[in-house]
Order: sequence, then C-alpha cells, then structure tokens
Amino acid sequence: MAKFKKPSVYFVAGSLLIFLVIQGLISTGTLNDYWKGIIFWGGAITIVTLGLNLIYGFNGQFSLGQYGFYGIGAYGSAYVTYHWVRGDPAAMVVALFGSLLVIGLYAALAWGLRRFYGVTVKARFTFYLIITILGFWASVVVLVPLLGPMMWGFFAALPEAVAQPLVFFLALISGGMLAGITSFLFGLPVLELGSDYFGIATLGFTIIVKVLLDNTDTILPFPAMKGARGMLGIPRWTTWAWVFGTLFVVIVIMRNLLHSSVGRAIVSVREDERAAELVGIDVANAKILAFVLGSVFAGVAGGLRAHDITFLHPQSFHFIQSFNPLIIVVFGGLGSITGTVFTGFLWIVLLEGVLRLFLPSGYETWRFVIYPLILLMMMLLRPEGLFGTYELPFLRAAHVAKRQAIAQKPEEVPV
Amino acid sequence: MTNALVTRKRGKRPARFDGLILNRISLTIFGACGLMLLYVLANGFYRNPGVFIQQVLNGLQLGFIYALIALGYTMIYGIVKLINFAHGDVFMVGAFSSFYAISMLDLHRWPEWVWADAPPALVTLPGTVTVILLSMLISGALAVVIERFAYRPLRNKPRIAALITAIGVSFFMEYFGALPFVYTNNYQTYDRPFEVTVFSAGQIPIWVIVSFWVLLGVSVGIFLWLSWRWKCGDVAALAWRRHPLLQFGLLFGGFMAVVLTLTGVPLRIGDRFWELSVSSVMLVIMGSSIVLQVLLQYIVAHTRLGMAMRAAAYDKQAARLMGINVDMVISATFAIGGGLAGAAGVLFATAFRQVYYLMGITPGLKAFVAAVVGGIGSIPGAFVGSLIMGQTEVLAAGFISTPMRDAIAFSLLIIVLLLWPQGIYGEPPADKV
Amino acid sequence: MRARWFITIMIVVSMLALTACGGGDGGDTIKIAVLAPLSGEVATFGESTRDGIILATEEWNARGGINGKTIELVVEDSQCNAEMALSAANKVIDQDGVNFIIGEVCSSASIPVSEIAMAKGVLQISPTSTNPSVTVDEDGNTKSLIFRACFIDPFQGSVAARFALDNLGAQTAAVFLNQGNDYVRGLAEFFREAFEAGGGEVVVWETYTTEDQDFSAILTNARDANPDVLYLPDYYSTVNLIAAQAIERGMDAMMMGGDGWDSPDLDRSVVEGGFYTNHYSPQDPRPIVQEFVQKYQQKYGAEPDALAALAYDAANILFQSIEQADSTDPQIVASTMSQGRFSVVSGDITFDAQHNPVKSAVLLQVSGGEIVFVDTVAP
Repeated sequence: MAKFKKPSVYFVAGSLLIFLVIQGLISTGTLNDYWKGIIFWGGAITIVTLGLNLIYGFNGQFSLGQYGFYGIGAYGSAYVTYHWVRGDPAAMVVALFGSLLVIGLYAALAWGLRRFYGVTVKARFTFYLIITILGFWASVVVLVPLLGPMMWGFFAALPEAVAQPLVFFLALISGGMLAGITSFLFGLPVLELGSDYFGIATLGFTIIVKVLLDNTDTILPFPAMKGARGMLGIPRWTTWAWVFGTLFVVIVIMRNLLHSSVGRAIVSVREDERAAELVGIDVANAKILAFVLGSVFAGVAGGLRAHDITFLHPQSFHFIQSFNPLIIVVFGGLGSITGTVFTGFLWIVLLEGVLRLFLPSGYETWRFVIYPLILLMMMLLRPEGLFGTYELPFLRAAHVAKRQAIAQKPEEVPV
Repeated sequence: MTNALVTRKRGKRPARFDGLILNRISLTIFGACGLMLLYVLANGFYRNPGVFIQQVLNGLQLGFIYALIALGYTMIYGIVKLINFAHGDVFMVGAFSSFYAISMLDLHRWPEWVWADAPPALVTLPGTVTVILLSMLISGALAVVIERFAYRPLRNKPRIAALITAIGVSFFMEYFGALPFVYTNNYQTYDRPFEVTVFSAGQIPIWVIVSFWVLLGVSVGIFLWLSWRWKCGDVAALAWRRHPLLQFGLLFGGFMAVVLTLTGVPLRIGDRFWELSVSSVMLVIMGSSIVLQVLLQYIVAHTRLGMAMRAAAYDKQAARLMGINVDMVISATFAIGGGLAGAAGVLFATAFRQVYYLMGITPGLKAFVAAVVGGIGSIPGAFVGSLIMGQTEVLAAGFISTPMRDAIAFSLLIIVLLLWPQGIYGEPPADKV
Repeated sequence: MRARWFITIMIVVSMLALTACGGGDGGDTIKIAVLAPLSGEVATFGESTRDGIILATEEWNARGGINGKTIELVVEDSQCNAEMALSAANKVIDQDGVNFIIGEVCSSASIPVSEIAMAKGVLQISPTSTNPSVTVDEDGNTKSLIFRACFIDPFQGSVAARFALDNLGAQTAAVFLNQGNDYVRGLAEFFREAFEAGGGEVVVWETYTTEDQDFSAILTNARDANPDVLYLPDYYSTVNLIAAQAIERGMDAMMMGGDGWDSPDLDRSVVEGGFYTNHYSPQDPRPIVQEFVQKYQQKYGAEPDALAALAYDAANILFQSIEQADSTDPQIVASTMSQGRFSVVSGDITFDAQHNPVKSAVLLQVSGGEIVFVDTVAP
C-alpha cells in the first residue's frame, strides 16, 4: 500500500468537493442551463489550454494550432457518435481501430527507421504520411466489415446505461487519437523550426483546418459534416461528470508527466535546447511528445464540446479564436497548471457571464470593447500572468520554481 | 528507472543501413508532387495563355499590395522582435482616414479650392498625394502612440506579454471602431480619390507593353543592385549568395516578359485579345510600392536613422551604450511602418472600393505570412515573399481549386519554412552559446 | 502582494456574477428576446435586424402593447457564431425568463438556438435564416416551436433561374458563392439545379471566402467562359466588391442576385441593369409597405434593407400571434401562428407544414440608379 502524501489527499478531496458542490447545484437547478453552459465551455477551453500550457508553457514551443486540433477532435468524435446513434458502426471502427492500427504501424516504422542512419526528418515524414494513408485505407477496407458487426453486436448486448457512456468514451478517445495522429504528422517536420516560425506554421495549420472543415462535404468525403452548413444531430451526452472527470484526468496526467524524468526532459528543452541535447536528451522526441499530448488534450476537449453544443460549425474554429487559449495561458501564468485552470474558467465567466449580465441594454456591442481593455490592463499590470509561478502544492514540482526564475528573463522566452 | 527521452540507450542493435536511399525515395515523391503541380499550371497556360497571363497580372497586383503591408511588419519585427498583430488595424485606420478625408472634406479635390477650374490632372495628382500623405501621417502617429502606451512598458518583460497586448490592441481598434460614433460597422463604398481607368491590351500599343516590362525588369534589377550595394544589414548580400533562387526568379520574370510580348502579338489578332487588362490603380500600387521599397532601403542603409535602426535591431543594450536613443529609434520605426500601412490602406481601398472595420485582418495576416515567407526582418524578403504570396493565391484559385485557395497559400508557407527555416532571405539566428 | 490583490478582485467579481443569477418576470410586460450579431463580421446585418424589431415594438407599444401588456425587448449579441448564440439563448431563457425569441440572423447560429428553444419550450422565429434545418430536425420532423419569416433557398433560387431562362433568354450562367455561408450556398445550389433543369448550363462555379476582397482570379476564369448571366447570391457588401471588379475586367454578363442585394448601401452604379429577387418592392403601393419604409426612414435616417424588413415582419407576426392567441404560452402561440394569416411588409403570409412562410417573390431591377419593380412570382 503506497503512502499518500498530504498534498495529494488535499487535492483529491478538494476536487471531489468542487465536483460534488457543482453537481449538487446543477441537480437542484440552482445553476441553470446558462451557467451550466458556461461551466462546460470553461471546462473544454481549460483542457485545450492545459494542452497549450504543456506545449508552450512547459516545452517552450509557441503554438497557435490548438484550435485546429480542437476542431479535428470535435468533428472526429461527433462524426463517430452521429453515425453510431444512426446504427452505423463504420465511423467508430475507422476512428478507433483505424487510429490504433496507424499508431501500431508508427511503432513498427519507428523501429524500422532506427536501423537506418542519416535519415532526414522530411524523409521520415514522407514514410509516416504514407503509412497513415495506408493504415486508414486498410481500416476502411478490412476492419470495417470485420469488426463493425462484431462491435455492434457487443454493444447491443450491453445494457443501454453502460453502452452509451462507453460509446461516448470511445468517441472521445477516437477524437483525441485523430488529433494526436494529425499533430504527430504535422509536428514531425515543423517542430524543427525555431519558435516564432513554429508558431506561424501552426497558425497556418489552424487556417488550413478551417478551410477543410468548410469543405467537408464537397472536397472531403464526409457528407454528414455538411461543410459550412454546420453539423447537426450530435447526441447531447456531455454531463458535468464527464467534463470534470476529463479535466481531472488531464491535470493528473500532466502533473505526473511533469514530475517524471520525461517531464524534466521536456522542461529542459524549454530552458536550453542545446544544453539539453548535450546531456543526452532526445530534443526532437521531447518536443513531439509534448506537442502530441497537448493536441490529444485539445482533441478530447473538442469531443466534449461537440457533445455539449450538439451543433458544429467551422466558424467556431476560425483562426481568430485560436488566440483564446494563448490569451488564457498567458493570463494564468505560463507553466502554471493552477493558473491555467483558474483563468480558463475565469475567462469564460468574464466574457460570457459578467460582460453579458452587467452591460446595460443598448451597450451589447461594448462587450468586445471592454474585453480587450481588460486584456491590455492585465498585461500592463501583470505581464507574468495572474498566478505567475504559483502552483498548488500537489502540482508543484521541485524543478518548476527554479526554472521559472530563468524563464522570466525577457530575452530567453520565445514568442 | 530509465528515461525514454534520453538517448543513452538507443535500442540494442545499432543503426547499420545507410538512410540515403530513404531520403532519395522521399525526395522523389515530393518531386513528383511538385511536378504534378507544375503540370497543372503549364496545362493552364497551354490551354489559354491569355487567361494565364491575366492571372499572373492579378497576382502581381495582390502581391504589391501585400508588399506595402508586409514592409511594416518586417521592419517592426526586425527591431523589436514583436509580431505586431495590430498592424492590420493601423492599415484599416489609414483606409478610414482617407475615406473620411475624401467623403467629408473633399480633400482629394483641394486644388479646386484655390483654383476653381483647374485642369483635372492638376487636381487629381496633388489631391491624391495629399490624401495619401494625410493617411500616412495619421496611421504613423497611431502606430507611435500604440508603441508608446502598449508596447514600451513591456519591453523588458517576456515577449509573449507584448504579443498578447498586440492582440488586445487589435481587438480594441476593431470593435471600438465598429461603434456607431467612431466609424461604423457597415460596409462603406469608398469614393476613389482618382478615377480608375482600365487599360486593356487593345488600347495599348505594343511598345508600351514592352517598355513596361523592360522598366519593371530594370527597376527590379536596380532595386536588387542597390540593396546589394547598400548592404542593408547584409541581408541583400545574403540574398545574392542564395543565387539559385534569385536566378530562378529573374529567369521566370524574363520568361514571363518574353512570353507576354510574344503572345501579345497573336493575341492582338485573335478575338481573345481583350483578355489582358491592367487597371491604373494597379500601376499606381506597383509604382508606389517599388518607390517606397527603394526609399526604405535607402533610409535603412544610408541614413543615420537607418544605421541606428540596424544597431538597435542587432543589440539594443550595446546601441544604447553607443549613445543611440533606442526609444526614439523604435518610435521612428513604428512611425515608418505605420505610415506604410496607411499608404497601403488608401491604395487598397482605392483598388477594391470598400472600407469596413475588419478589413485589416485578412490582408494583414496574408502580408504577415508573406513577410515570413520572405524572411521576417528582411526588406527585400518582404517584397519577394509578397510577390510569391500573391502569385500563389491567384494561381491556386485560378488553376487548382478555388475553395482551397487559402489552404494552398498557407501550405506554401509551411513548405517554404521547411525548405528555408528562416524564410527565403532570412538570416540564421546568431548562435548564442 | 499584487498577485493576491488581483486574485481577490477577480474572485469577488466572479462571485458577484454568480450571485446575479435569476431574473424577474414582470406582470404587465411580455419579454421578447432578440438575438442578433451586433459585433463581428456581419454586425451591420444584426443592427438592421435589431432596428426593424425595435421599430415594430415601438409601434405596438404606442398602440398599447399586446392585449394591454407592454413589450420589453432583451437584446443579446450572438456574433453569428454557434457557441455565442447558444450561450446568449441560454442567457435570455434562463436569466431573463423569456418565452419568445426573434433571431438569429445566420442559420449557423439559429440552428443551435432552435434546439435549445425546442428543449425549453420557447418559441423562436428567425427573420432571415434560410437553412431548412432551422425548422426541420435531422430526421425530417418539423420543430413545432420554430418558425421563419423568409423564403427558404429553393424558392428564390428557382425563381431567379426561371427568370434568367425565360425572360432574359440566358443559356449559360456563372455562379459565384461564398463557401462559408450557407445562405449563399443554398441559393447558388438551387439556382444551379433549376437552371440546369430548365435547359441552361452553369459554365462557371467558383467559390470564395467571407474574407476575400480580391476576386480577380475567379473573375478572370469567368470572363473567359463568357456566360450570359452572372449569379451573385451574396449580401450587398460582397456583391459591391465583385460587381465593381467584374465591370473593371470588362464582364458584360447580366448580374442577378437574391434578397441580400436589398440595401441602401448596394452600389447601384456597378450592378446597373442587374435583377434580384426580393420579398417586397419598396414601390409597392400597399399602405403597410409605404408606412414601414417611411417610419424606418424617419427613425433611423436610412432606407430599410431586406434584413430590417424581414425582422419587422418577424416581430409583427409574433406580436399578432400572441395577440390572437391571447396567451403567452409558446405552445398556444405556435399553433396560432402556424394556422394564421398575416399581412405584413413582405406580403400575405401563411406558414406551410414545415413552418416556412408561403409568400410570393418579387423581381426587381436596378435601372438608372433606381430600384424598379419587374414582376411578382407566386410560389
């Protein structure tokens, strides 16, 4: 029996308390759908931002691509459940087992490529791309007729109360995996760029995703996504338990990752790439790992959001929106999980709650005049973010505090 | 416990095969994709050269507009290393100030105030220049104010704080401008300061076309020669060193010039002749873009201010120790960048006849991407990047796929960054070890 | 030190926000929510919509309200964005306790609002959302509480196509559409269907995005195909841009469009001679039309555009239904509305089984800088 440390106990107990209080408020109807919507939205955006914090705050790779992966996850998992509730398991099989197959193929290919020396990143990228296409093609051709009926039969045998959450869970996982695969393919060559250039390339990625989402029914073969008409008919499955559970799991994964030696490697890349390389850290892998994991978080959050609003439109993933996670992460303090979680909710409460409720009628358009003013005041008064370097004791790691002192030096932080 | 990210133990079996073959395979695949793209374009040209050349002309116009905006981006980035997202909105303010100057003050016809029946040429030219100068002044002042109050307090703070501030300033200017008592949130039709005439190839004698292309070629040549001669920040010299690309560019330009003049002859005979048209706005845009580039190059390379700028861009601390007023220099950079954006705003509004409060976002973003493609921080880079961006967009829309136009443009950005990680003309970062 | 101060303030603010929940329901007023994009790219359409509704409300209130109850408007900005619209709809329903929603302008925002409205038993009438999915759910059932005041796309598109074929004698057409806007896309698709069914040929089918300002590439392609008709089913803002560039590039095709053209800000010099379909003609001698145009001009100092007219109609339809039903129960009002007959600016309206208005379309021509009535086409 492992001994639990005090901070861990406090953290879990506190989380449970927050969960129960909000669940109670929702069940009794004190929090109406308006506030519920805001909290769910806050939860989703917080998970997206935690992903960005891992990529930018802890690994130092300035990324504007989170909304692209968020969109992929949202559309991916929504497509799966859309077809599932209409009696077609094919999308689920492709998204879930196809992704697993592709990941397996990646592992095999990585093992194979290790036997060669001097392979450029671009060449690696080519082979990974080919194998991704092959993998998904194979899953459509082979896995769907093979596993589709089997899976359908299995879920039909389960009671509805078990089957539905399980399907939702698998859909979220599929969305996350699709986002992860895309981010791996994209990150493989692009992460080699310097920080500013990486940020700009990810901005381009977000725009490309938006264009593709606009054309899902004409250029891409996904008629149910309906392109710019907006995707309808997604089941409303997201509950507070799902939002909270996902958020909790994401925080714990991030915390444990950062406390491990892998986490130290990730952080060391941010501190000084060259020094990290010199002590034997595989910089490229550390970057890829953080980037893919952060994107998986964004994809899962997209799935949660899609099953909350039940309607998806490409306009929601416009590149202007992709600044939101960046704003939140800087607001909360780069490299502070506590700060991100707090400001994620605060941001949405401010924008959708406070500004909607307190602006007198006739001044509705002032919402987006006041919001940037708050942004400006915030940055001028507290450029290091609300929480700066602060972490809850449970999330605090010994190396975090030291590192922050260096990170605050202006010239060292990449934009 | 072992760390998966530490390369100490990298599998038991050592890598023993040469990866060259794999690299070559991947190169072949990419090459095939590139060739397919070229084939699509060549096919388009072959089917209808008139349309193709017209598309190239359209692309040039777009590219020159981007170039004006991109210059401001690149200068500001070069000196403060800040992606100034508010730049597109300074551009918008420039367009709006000229809009009000024209529609409310009738400023574009001020010579008529002093001389009631002046000949049109004497009215339009000084009038237009005044309008442009006024817009440049307002936008330049605005950029300086933004720098003073939003960016300067954060200069010694993490750069990301200034970036967020830039986003905030951008939002503020858009949504504050949308309020009914500031501008308006409506789309407004812009009264042009000068009448736009469209020259179709039928009206132009062949010697004009020839001399236009010769002049263009000569001016680009002079521009490149001057930038090499003046060695602004050694960037142009670097550009020459990357001669394969430059050679390609010159060859392509020359090829296009020859094709244009040659195809001009059969086109004159065929009924497809009207295909080619150039509007006067486009000529003005191209002309002012080139003039401003050269002027800027001169300022950066040959004046004391330019020298101070280069020094501040290289090392602010050392520049300060050398007695350079760095704050002053940065303000001047913002003033110049803002002024250029203002001029671009007027020309943009004149070309497209519409102003509205979000008009700065898309051209701003595309120009920024163009500056990155060219190598951000480099003035010739911004110019070349913008031309590439304009061509990509128009040729993609014309011959590959219209819905995918933006996707193709941004894919190009990513591909260029993969080939030249600092952009085409960018300098590799100084090694700080 | 400062950190703690900041955090305290922020917490206090959020607490304040949380405790501000709950809205009262006045006895003598009927609260009606208006959801419109008041900021963002289409803010100007949202403002027209809001102005039209405010005009109708003021008229009714001046007449003593609906059955003696004053109308109180709750206006929310939803930016034409699904997420914002959702949060705004939840806010007006849960915080302000409204039973009736007029809005949204864009289908992409109206659809999520309609799902909320159905779930909460709130009546929604959208003035301008043309996507069939607003009133019909994914399985083809009509949403009982959701209505719209505008045509759906098939009708307008086919009217334009038939007119082009029969009256203009067109054989070929070029269609430009905004790929990100389903209103435009719907019109364009149904135009193509009807045009090709009638023996014409759509020779150019080009898309652009909302942000585009330069249309030279697609115009060059279109000019090369030399079509008889250039169909531009977008809002006037984009039409102004495209038409001006088309003329500069020497296109002589006849331009046609939809109700998006109807605005005082349409640049009439560049679409001179063009035809468009609309809900009503400002020259229509019916008193309600003349009265509306005159009142709107008086209040806002500008001619009403199509969005203002439709919003005015939507508000009037809703108010009349509430008055006839003599109830504020959305279910009862909805059944009254679906059976009622309304004489409004855009004609005499009844609702069909899918809650789309049945009304005739009007063809207008831009001629000599004026809008001239050409023809009325019954459904």
